[in-house]
Amino acid sequence: MSAKPGHPELAAEFIKDTERMHWHDKALWFVREKRDLASQSVDEWEELRSLANQIKTHTIDKLDFYLEQFAQNAKQNGIHVHWAKDAEEHNKIVHTILKSKSVKKLVKSKSMLTEECHLNPYLEDRGIEVVDTDLGERIVQLRKEPPSHIVLPAIHLKKEDVGKTFEKFLETEKDNCDPTYLTREARKHLREKFLAADASMTGVNFGIAETGGVVVCTNEGNADLGASLPKLHMASMGIEKIVPRLEDLSVFTRLLARSATGQPITSYTSHYHAPVEDGEMHIVIVDNGRSDILATEDFKRSLHCIRCGACINTCPVYRRTGGYSYGYTIPGPIGSTLGTSNDPKRNKTLSFACSLCASCSNVCPIMIDLDEQLYKHRQTVVNAGYLDKTKHNILKMATWVLKYPALLAFGGKMARIFVPIMPRSILYSKINAWGKKRELPPFPKNSFKELYKKRGEKK
Amino acid sequence: MKIGLFIPCFMNELYPDASMDTLKILESLGLDVEYPMDQTCCGQPMANTGCAHEADQLAHRFLKIFKNYDYIVAPSGSCVAMVRDNYAQFLEGEEGFEHLRSHTYELVEFLHDIIKPTSLKAKFPHKVSIHNSCHGHRKLNMASMSERNLPKFSKIKDILSLVEGIEFVEITRDDECCGFGGTFCVTEEALSAAMGLDRVNDHLNSGSQIITGIDMSCLMHMQGVIDREKFPIKTMYISQILAKGL
Amino acid sequence: MKNSRDNILKNIRSNIPTSTIELPNTDIKHMQYKDKNKKFATSLTSVGGNAVWLEDQSIDDFIKNNYKDLKVIASTCKDVTCNTLNQEDITDQHELKDVDLAVINGHFGVAENGAVWVNEEDIRHRALYFIARQLLIVVKKENIVDTMHEAYKRVDFEKNGYGVFISGPSKTADIEQSLVIGAHGPTDACVLFV
Repeated sequence: MSAKPGHPELAAEFIKDTERMHWHDKALWFVREKRDLASQSVDEWEELRSLANQIKTHTIDKLDFYLEQFAQNAKQNGIHVHWAKDAEEHNKIVHTILKSKSVKKLVKSKSMLTEECHLNPYLEDRGIEVVDTDLGERIVQLRKEPPSHIVLPAIHLKKEDVGKTFEKFLETEKDNCDPTYLTREARKHLREKFLAADASMTGVNFGIAETGGVVVCTNEGNADLGASLPKLHMASMGIEKIVPRLEDLSVFTRLLARSATGQPITSYTSHYHAPVEDGEMHIVIVDNGRSDILATEDFKRSLHCIRCGACINTCPVYRRTGGYSYGYTIPGPIGSTLGTSNDPKRNKTLSFACSLCASCSNVCPIMIDLDEQLYKHRQTVVNAGYLDKTKHNILKMATWVLKYPALLAFGGKMARIFVPIMPRSILYSKINAWGKKRELPPFPKNSFKELYKKRGEKK
Repeated sequence: MKIGLFIPCFMNELYPDASMDTLKILESLGLDVEYPMDQTCCGQPMANTGCAHEADQLAHRFLKIFKNYDYIVAPSGSCVAMVRDNYAQFLEGEEGFEHLRSHTYELVEFLHDIIKPTSLKAKFPHKVSIHNSCHGHRKLNMASMSERNLPKFSKIKDILSLVEGIEFVEITRDDECCGFGGTFCVTEEALSAAMGLDRVNDHLNSGSQIITGIDMSCLMHMQGVIDREKFPIKTMYISQILAKGL
Repeated sequence: MKNSRDNILKNIRSNIPTSTIELPNTDIKHMQYKDKNKKFATSLTSVGGNAVWLEDQSIDDFIKNNYKDLKVIASTCKDVTCNTLNQEDITDQHELKDVDLAVINGHFGVAENGAVWVNEEDIRHRALYFIARQLLIVVKKENIVDTMHEAYKRVDFEKNGYGVFISGPSKTADIEQSLVIGAHGPTDACVLFV
């Protein structure tokens, strides 16, 4: 199996189109700015973040208790509860239920968990039509692309791209890429799908242990139309989505939409505690490596994530390189820590696709220490032996030199003598990565140490 | 009060003047400063590449050299953040570490929090924009960050305000990363350069003449872009502005 | 499946908890608006909806004066008589697909975000909230709170299995970040305080 390109190669590719890179960067920065305005409009914003952090920290450390409480209360509400240890089992459970009800058409609202489990191809291979009903997700589904952002799946596309896709699949007017027109056409197209669906699948933003219900937050109405029309509603939930009490939602609902898109709340915050009349509701609780992350003191806080995407929007790396350069279901800071936890070999470049600026940790509504996790995950990669051997050896050698000041001083002196006289063609050859787009700094005659010594001798 | 001067490894080799200006400022305020000659590097490049074993050796070496000073002052936000935030993994519980951790300061931070000078000799009648280097900004809390809903402040501006004639110019993205990021600058070369160019353009478009900051690595990176593009702006390390007139 | 449940719980339990943090009190000192109504109205307008305080007319009249081209009207509000169908008599929720206007009972409004809490107490099919082309939510004017902290004190699931905070019409910005009001749910949402 050939090595898949890592973040640096994919990033460089994205950056080649400078205009598009800046367009993408501006689009995400705009969302970040909206988030800033929203957070500044809430006086108690920092207190809310602290509360959210406390609630999640407490919950994660008592996760077994709250999961059992949730399952019990959900069952009492007449909801069927299933447990899946991994993606494979999740898909099997979902398929078994759908098959038992002869479901041929499924409508699905946004769920990064189902992306993670690769549910769509699993069901499609078994003869079930899966329609992603969130507009952004439908667009990328038609284009056979994965979402490039967890909240804004089609942020990498210009309206002309969407126009062309809809021309092909929805028979929209040629060259009409007006967003309102395209949205209206998508409404008609997806309305038919909602009405014809045999079952629906939604994600879960929060599972409430105290009441045994699940909360789904959306703007488009697709999750709720889907869950309320067909009689069978399935919801996939990661184990970490549990919150203990109904009142905890007061904190999370005030933080989520403001952090995600800068609006005070999503259009719909639905609380599902029972199926529709004569219907059935199933919840699949999924582990898929989460309980393993729980075991790591350094990384367990990545399980606090409420999938708002704020860290992705603020990340200067994501904004300039796009979601596909990460090669993982979830991009950006949260994706990089989760991805490295899940598979440090496959995702070895992700924790390094970061300048450690810590902007992410400071927009995170739950105060997750994202930058510290990405710093620590570099040790995960090195300890597992996945750091490029040459790099590792250079650093080992540098460490050795740095233990001997006289050696370092000698090396520095040589550099200050020879670098200034090297011909440009050698100095700026291909191996000088710094020199591709930047000049080297001028090399001075003396080091500070030498000047300090001279100064001391003068005295 | 005996101060141990800690000069980042690359500043020692490549920026002796900025390093000397750091020393001059501290001495001009009547402080007793010593530069222990044995020092080399805090180990940040190793730590940031995940090489904990290598960083551990340099951390121990650093502790040995600096532990007996009342304060350790460095012209670098990122090196100080390394000592204060990341050394615990290697040195927790060791004799002298608690003192080291709580008494290592970045230069401007040290002036602002401990020395609190009310005047400086420096005159610098130029348009200056501040680059808020990420480590100093978000880890050492040198200034309020745009992400948080907290009262606005800037230790850097406060100290620079003591310089006569200085005119502050605001940029559009107050605290976006310049893209240096340590070894990131070469492992993600295309991205690093793109981020650097964007930062420089922000300063350039603001009408600033001089970009200053508390981390030479950021300035070195941006200057590299400026020199390649031949932009009419330059970077200047903060100690070089503060030491004017000394 | 029982195996997976036990395995998952066992794996979770094998991780020793390290924090001793108790659940915090979420009833914090939060923003309070001098003029809740004004704040509610601005919040709702900012998300594409609108708030109206009914004066000197019935809800039926309000509907007649403010809505055009209504062929099918459904209502859960007993003060409304202009409905063309009885939503409680509909057995199949798919039949609600042509509803032009759904007039529904809202329990209370939340000033900070223009949301109204509606639930399944007085509606047979929750689909009506989403399938109707336009939504008119009727709320008693004294039922308005400042923030979600107070809101959640008024929410429970004792009598019904579904509830939703509705804030404005459905919307999306998925096409090049251009905000379009009216996605898959109602294209229009008005809150009528009575």
